[in-house]
Amino acid sequence: MEHTPFSVSAIREHFPALQQKVYGKPLIYFDNGATSQKPQVVLDTLAKYYAIENANIHRGVHYLSQQATSAYEAARRTIQQYIGAKGPEEIIFTKGATDSINLVAFSFGERLKPGDEILISAMEHHSNIVPWQLLCERKGCVLRVIPISKKGELDLEAFEQMLSERTKLLSIIHISNTLGTINPVKELIAKAHKVGAKVLLDGAQSIQHLAIDVKDLNCDFYTFSGHKVYGPTGIGVLYGKEELLETMPPYQGGGDMIAKVTFERSTYNSLPLKFEAGTPHIAGAIGLGSAISFLQSIDMQAAAAHELELTKYAQGILDTFEGLHIIGEAKNKTSVVSFTIDQMHPFDIGTLLDKQGIAVRTGHHCTQPLMDFYQIPGTVRASFAFYNTKEEIDTFVAALERSMQILGS
Amino acid sequence: MSIQEKQQEIIDEFAIYDDWMDKYEYIIELGKSVPTLAPELKTKERLIEGCQSNVWLATEIKDGKMHFSADSDAIITKGIIGLLIHVYNNESPETVVQSDLFFISQIGLAEHLSPTRANGLLSMVKRMKTEALHSLSK
Ligand SMILES: Cc1ncc(COP(=O)(O)O)c(C=O)c1O
Repeated sequence: MEHTPFSVSAIREHFPALQQKVYGKPLIYFDNGATSQKPQVVLDTLAKYYAIENANIHRGVHYLSQQATSAYEAARRTIQQYIGAKGPEEIIFTKGATDSINLVAFSFGERLKPGDEILISAMEHHSNIVPWQLLCERKGCVLRVIPISKKGELDLEAFEQMLSERTKLLSIIHISNTLGTINPVKELIAKAHKVGAKVLLDGAQSIQHLAIDVKDLNCDFYTFSGHKVYGPTGIGVLYGKEELLETMPPYQGGGDMIAKVTFERSTYNSLPLKFEAGTPHIAGAIGLGSAISFLQSIDMQAAAAHELELTKYAQGILDTFEGLHIIGEAKNKTSVVSFTIDQMHPFDIGTLLDKQGIAVRTGHHCTQPLMDFYQIPGTVRASFAFYNTKEEIDTFVAALERSMQILGS
Repeated sequence: MSIQEKQQEIIDEFAIYDDWMDKYEYIIELGKSVPTLAPELKTKERLIEGCQSNVWLATEIKDGKMHFSADSDAIITKGIIGLLIHVYNNESPETVVQSDLFFISQIGLAEHLSPTRANGLLSMVKRMKTEALHSLSK
């Protein structure tokens, strides 16, 4: 695909939310880990869909329904191609990353037996912890946690020792939303496959920062949310290998997911519709398709290099602050800088930064077990996207200094 | 001074700040001046867990008047606690139960008492009122 050379200022123009002021200051948006802003083209796609293309899909003979169905299925193919899936039947639309993981926990989980083991890591988001705990309660499986070092890197030796023929699934975060760590997933996947385990990658924080090729990674499942990759909320994706999805029972029952229904029994639709019960988030799917097309127009390699540079730049400056501790110092990390400051509560820092026009996140970032590991109640987290700039980081650093002065004096 | 007058006094005091940071600097100073709760008073029963910050609330009733003391791990939260305690202390349980805390939104801090803020303050105000109500039914 042809793209124009990477230019932050050109990219920023696509994002109306970045043009505003808050409390009279130009907005600096460093909360991209929570959700990203939306480019105009996505907003236009949503408006156009509701204005003139709106119809229910897959079951209408009329013009609009066919239009909407093609747009919905075209979005699926855009996503399929973007992540390198084999075919559209491997792309299931869900409500988001959380929904995707719950689908796997419920449906893939059906086949698990007491004593079967599920491996996760110590840096998981709650949405890659709790669905497995629920599954373990239902099925008598065992949840095991790969430890990490203080730097925020997986203990690979411990991981290898935990693998056995009891391991049925490795479900692991690709990039940590709290630490920024990029996990060596290719290696993890290969090793897990050796013992016959399947692998789910929680890609909620990787799809927007790295080029994803599910075939090359060879993961069995890959999950992400639309809203963190410049698309709408309420829509997400579950990628699954076709052979695997075929053997899995439906997650929810309803319209669209059936082939034939009688009161005695029903037969199910083929992939991917087997897993899409009820009227889906049509606008969301089409909107996500347009967000992914937008990414295809950008040199994502250059964008990733820019994000890495921002991360190193910010971390380099913050590292020199007395009493400030970077949480997450993995060698391979991107787009997230989390920190604590002695004697200062993250909430106070976040509130004062907010009043200076800077949006960061404070708290446990839905990773409470990780906070327990570091024995901290929470962090301040700046998380970057390709539309952020070094100048914004300079302003942020000055605002942080001012906040620390006020809090410390 | 009536509870209304106390609130008006705070509003007047804040009127001189037109800059957010100055306003917060003032709240932070206030937070630093509020006495900390003794560790033995920071019990589980007195803890109000918020998602962002925690609050501890201790209540006493002397001569038919409410006496609150409270603490927080976040200094801004504690500063706002200082204001709330100033308004409520030495008031009768009836006054506290019936009170309308209009000063909070007038000085631009309504966000701190919104249910989504999760800093423990809204729950603290609710608990202050509940404790006042309990003392009435005793
Ligand atoms: C790593 C990770 N996994 C899963 C999720 C859950 O995403 P959602 O809430 O959109 O379902 C998030 C969101 O913060 C995340 O960062």
